[in-house]
Amino acid sequence: MTVHNLYLFDRDGVCLHYSEWHRKKQAGIPKEEEYKLMYGMLFSIRSFVSKMSPVDMKDGFLAFQTSRYKLHYYETPTGVKVVMNTDLGVGPIRDVLHHIYSGLYVELVVKNPLCPLGQTVQSELFRSRLDAYVRSLPFFSARAG
Amino acid sequence: MSRPGNRRPECHKINRDLFVLTYGALVAQLCKDYEKDEDVNNYLDKMGYGIGIRLVEDFLARSCVKKCHSYSEIADLIAQVAFKMYLGITPSVTRNESSRNEFSLILDKNPLVEFVEELPAGRSSLCYCNLLCGVIRGALEMIHLTADVTFLQDRLKGDKVTEIGITFLKKLEEKKCRRKK
Repeated sequence: MTVHNLYLFDRDGVCLHYSEWHRKKQAGIPKEEEYKLMYGMLFSIRSFVSKMSPVDMKDGFLAFQTSRYKLHYYETPTGVKVVMNTDLGVGPIRDVLHHIYSGLYVELVVKNPLCPLGQTVQSELFRSRLDAYVRSLPFFSARAG
Repeated sequence: MSRPGNRRPECHKINRDLFVLTYGALVAQLCKDYEKDEDVNNYLDKMGYGIGIRLVEDFLARSCVKKCHSYSEIADLIAQVAFKMYLGITPSVTRNESSRNEFSLILDKNPLVEFVEELPAGRSSLCYCNLLCGVIRGALEMIHLTADVTFLQDRLKGDKVTEIGITFLKKLEEKKCRRKK
C-alpha cells in the first residue's frame, strides 16, 4: 500500500502545493498544465456528480478508482481541495485529508499572516511537516507498492 | 521558523484583558492616524476583512460544520458557533420579517468594549467594533456569499442594544479556472 502523490488547490484553481512520493509514470505535459487538467477534471466531476445523482447528495464526490490507482478527494466550503492518489489497497481516508487541511494547511499557512494566500505555498515548514505526516500514515510504505 | 512538533490545534488561552486592551490600542492608534470617523471605520472593516478570510478556514477546520442550506442556518451558525468559539459570547439572531436575506445579531455582552464607557467627544460616528463587521464579511466571502455587514445599533452611541445587521447579497459564482494571464 502506498501514496503516490498529493495536490492542494485553492478556490480559484491555483495549485497551492504538489508533492510526490511514488510516481512511476509522469503525465508527459508541463506541471502547470497538469495542475490545470487535474483541477478542471475535478470541477467537472463535482458538478456532474451533483447533477446526475439519483438521490439527495450528502458529501458529493469522494473518490474514483482505476485498475491501478485510487484518487481521493476532499473539499472544504471555502473551496480548498485536497487530492491524494494512492494504490488500490487504501480505503476511505477523509479524515486524513481533513487533517492535511486543518492540522497542516490551516495551522501553518492560513494562520501565518506572512504567508500570502492565493499562490503556491513557499513555506518549507509546511512542506516538511506534510511530508513527515504522509510518511507516517499506516498505508504508506517506503517501498513502492 | 520552528514550532513544537506535536502541537494540536486546540484552544490556547491568553489573557482576555490583553486581547481587549490590544484591540483598544489599535482603535486608538487609528483615531490618531485618521481624522474622520468614516476613515477609521473603513480601515477597521478592511482589517477585519483580512482577518475574516483566514479565520473562516480555522473555523471550518475546528468546527466540522455541515453544509448550510439557508441564510437562516448561516446566521445561526455565526452567532451560536463562531461568536462562541472566538469571543465567548452568543448573540441572539433576529430576522427581518419582510426580507428573506436580512438578519441581525443582537449582542448582549461585548468583550471588546469592556473598558470603554462611551465614545470620546468628536468621535460620535465611530463604530468601535467595526472590525467584527469586516471579519464576518470576509468569512462569508470565502464561502461564496457576499453580504453587507454593519452596525445598526451601538450601546456606545446611546442605543439600547448593540446590533450587527447582515444582509446577504448575491451568491458568488465559482470560477472553473483562473483566466490566463
